[in-house]
Amino acid sequence: MSEQKTKTAETQKVFLLGNEALVRGALEAGVDYASAYPGTPSSEIIERLSHEAKKRGIHVEWSSNEKVACEGAGAAAVAGLGSLAAMKNAGLAVALDFLTHCSLTGLGDQGGSMVVVVCDDPDAHSSGDETDSRWQARFAYAPMLEPTNVAEAREMIRYCFDLSREYDCYVFLRSYTRLSHGSSIVELGPLPEAKKGQAHPDCSAAVNPYLGKVHHVMALERLAKIKEVFETSKFNEYFGPEDAELLVIASGNGVSCGREALEMLGLEDQVGLLKLATLWPFPTELVRARAKQAKQILVLEEVDPVVEVLVKDALNGTEAASVPVLGKESGHVPMAGEITPDRALDALGKLTGKTHQGPGEAYQAKLKQITDEMLISRGLTWCPGCPHRASFWALDKAVKAEGGEVYVTGDIGCYTLDVFPEGKCQMNMLHAMGSSIGLASGLGQMHKFGWDKPVVSICGDSTFYHAVLPGLVSAIYNQANLVHVVLDNSATAMTGFQAHAGVGYNAMGEAAPKIDVVKLCEALGVPVTVADPFDIRGATKALRGVMAEGQGVRILVLRRACELVRMKADKNKPYKVVVNQDKCKGEECGTCYSKFRCPALLKDPVTGKASIREDACPGCGACASVCPFKAIEIQEVAK
Amino acid sequence: MSLATDPYNLIVCGVGGQGNILIARLIGRILAENGYHLAIGETFGAAQRGGSVFSSLRISKKHAYGPLIPKGGANLIVSLEPLETLRLLSNFGNENVVTLSNTQTAMPVGVLAGRAEYPDVDKLRRAIQELSAKALFTPATDIAVELGAPIVSNIVLLGALLGAKLLPISEEEVKQDMASTFPPSKLELNYQALQRGIETVA
Ligand code: SF4
Ligand code: SF4
Repeated sequence: MSEQKTKTAETQKVFLLGNEALVRGALEAGVDYASAYPGTPSSEIIERLSHEAKKRGIHVEWSSNEKVACEGAGAAAVAGLGSLAAMKNAGLAVALDFLTHCSLTGLGDQGGSMVVVVCDDPDAHSSGDETDSRWQARFAYAPMLEPTNVAEAREMIRYCFDLSREYDCYVFLRSYTRLSHGSSIVELGPLPEAKKGQAHPDCSAAVNPYLGKVHHVMALERLAKIKEVFETSKFNEYFGPEDAELLVIASGNGVSCGREALEMLGLEDQVGLLKLATLWPFPTELVRARAKQAKQILVLEEVDPVVEVLVKDALNGTEAASVPVLGKESGHVPMAGEITPDRALDALGKLTGKTHQGPGEAYQAKLKQITDEMLISRGLTWCPGCPHRASFWALDKAVKAEGGEVYVTGDIGCYTLDVFPEGKCQMNMLHAMGSSIGLASGLGQMHKFGWDKPVVSICGDSTFYHAVLPGLVSAIYNQANLVHVVLDNSATAMTGFQAHAGVGYNAMGEAAPKIDVVKLCEALGVPVTVADPFDIRGATKALRGVMAEGQGVRILVLRRACELVRMKADKNKPYKVVVNQDKCKGEECGTCYSKFRCPALLKDPVTGKASIREDACPGCGACASVCPFKAIEIQEVAK
Repeated sequence: MSLATDPYNLIVCGVGGQGNILIARLIGRILAENGYHLAIGETFGAAQRGGSVFSSLRISKKHAYGPLIPKGGANLIVSLEPLETLRLLSNFGNENVVTLSNTQTAMPVGVLAGRAEYPDVDKLRRAIQELSAKALFTPATDIAVELGAPIVSNIVLLGALLGAKLLPISEEEVKQDMASTFPPSKLELNYQALQRGIETVA
């Protein structure tokens, strides 16, 4: 994924991932400070920047959460530097507490700039929700732009830095999965000389927000000025005939989907398409001018009807007020999910009566019949050798031993896979980063209201630093009754192994202080037990032990490195694990392959007994303590 | 050689961990060098390991298309796993689609656990044939195992794609790209894998 020069290298064209294009643009703009908490689809931004950090004298960090990341970036901007904070949609909710204030005070008069990149995940490909961050720009009184494609992403982020500097406010750039994780050819601009930024923190202009009303007025005035600029922005473009009666207004991914649908229907010469890239403040005049000759307007965007609502607003009270604005609210485009060429085709079909000739009926019938019969899904599960599988097995055992009456709150990380059919489905509630402990904290008070089931909350190590700590402090202080389990696998594994406060190195790979979860919890003055999930019996016993203690907050740390981390450090398998075919009961039992479900374990189709795929098994040995007949044997591997 | 249609929609699919993204990007880079507009769409995240994954390539001489292929709109599906060929056909198949599939199956976890059944392999093959204008199969994994490195299955399949002359890219161009992107110590093995792949179809 490095910047591969193409044959046209003279013109500096390279093939880049959307997130890499954003990085390139930020580098071209001279970014000095970058911070984030990882989250798909945003993680590659800081990751790639970290590769450039030392070479170019940039500070790059994985902050413990998005609010902290934005605060750091904000301070750097106040010191006169160019800063970038990146996050996924869910992270913006965390950061807004600060960002809503920061747009009131501005960035001070040291000439700093700050861009906040938010990567939404329409269709929730790898997220718990598909919330649309575009609403938040209005809410936070901050400008927002949305690129249409990978090449534009590079150019637009550069512009965002300029805009930020000129108008003394941070600027939102909204990305989305199909941009962040799409790749295309990008024409590069020049990189500035690597420099050590000259920082001059001067906070006198970037004061506290406790002049809220005054600052609010200033922020609104600033937005009014930026609106003027956006009215004629080159990022908003019009395609098609000047007298088009049907006008498509599209933003983000909606632009390419809309253009393609028009092309497929042969409508490019009849229908106009207005590409809107400056979303807030909304360029009302531009929209009004384009709407004048239109008899109908169709809006293509993802996810919520944000542009649609703003277009309606803009036309309200003008001569175009009666032009129907169609899209999500009118049912022409579905309210949920990403925009696709098919959705654009559908919507345009409804308005023009034109249809695209897809596969014939006979083909479709055959396709349906065959796929109905044969297509099975590929369930999601933990990797072979993953400690989480063992941890949840132990939890399952402990819960059963309690008669099943245990309430479990989960959190965000690889362990979330528990909720899928191939998991143990132990988690009863699962929400935001850190919600495990917050929810448990509430449930842990329910004994006062006549409900006294045991409560277990579960988080991972990265989540622990991100948002569990304050909740944990609160639970301890308020004497909630709960067991909090930290699945400490020394990794932010789900997003690609970014560094965090517990791993001992930073975003740039340099040694960093290692904050130990166990010591930290001990310092909070509550009982802390540590167990190894691969010793499933021991882990189950430990869980039952802490659950039996009954009162207050009790902490169990199940500690074992993520298998992918271990493999990187040590290519050798810890054990050679084999199934003793004489002892295995096969079908009569099936515990290991049909209940424990490590993907390296299978029922041998010939013998009907358990068998281990040597190529897939990293030799963790966990299944040995799962087999009720001691048929799975582990042998130490000579090093 | 030029493309059969414009835009030309190529899908490279498989199971997380098989290296489909690597070959999708390699093909993409070469086509871009040859003057095509190109966009690749991928999703990554929770489905990284063991789940269904695919990359869509939009290739055109006219202009850059968006990364998403319209339903029923694939021209070529290159697949590292036969059940995944069927999965992608179910969304993007049509009367004219060409498929190239690895013959080696990868069992979903539900199958390993004995709770679901993988379709009969011969039947699956016939189904793919029935749903493709032209269906090619290559024992890419078997060949890679023979070479002592199951990991290069994707490169064997790429070789088969070259051998079948389905895209306007040449062996030379692929080797050049590999030379500039692969670690030198891995080049010989990958050249071999590519060669063996080409031979399966030639
Ligand atoms: S030792 Fe057992 S549980 Fe561990 S990876 Fe191998 S088969 Fe799976
Ligand atoms: S748990 Fe033990 S006895 Fe049961 S199927 Fe697995 S190996 Fe055989």
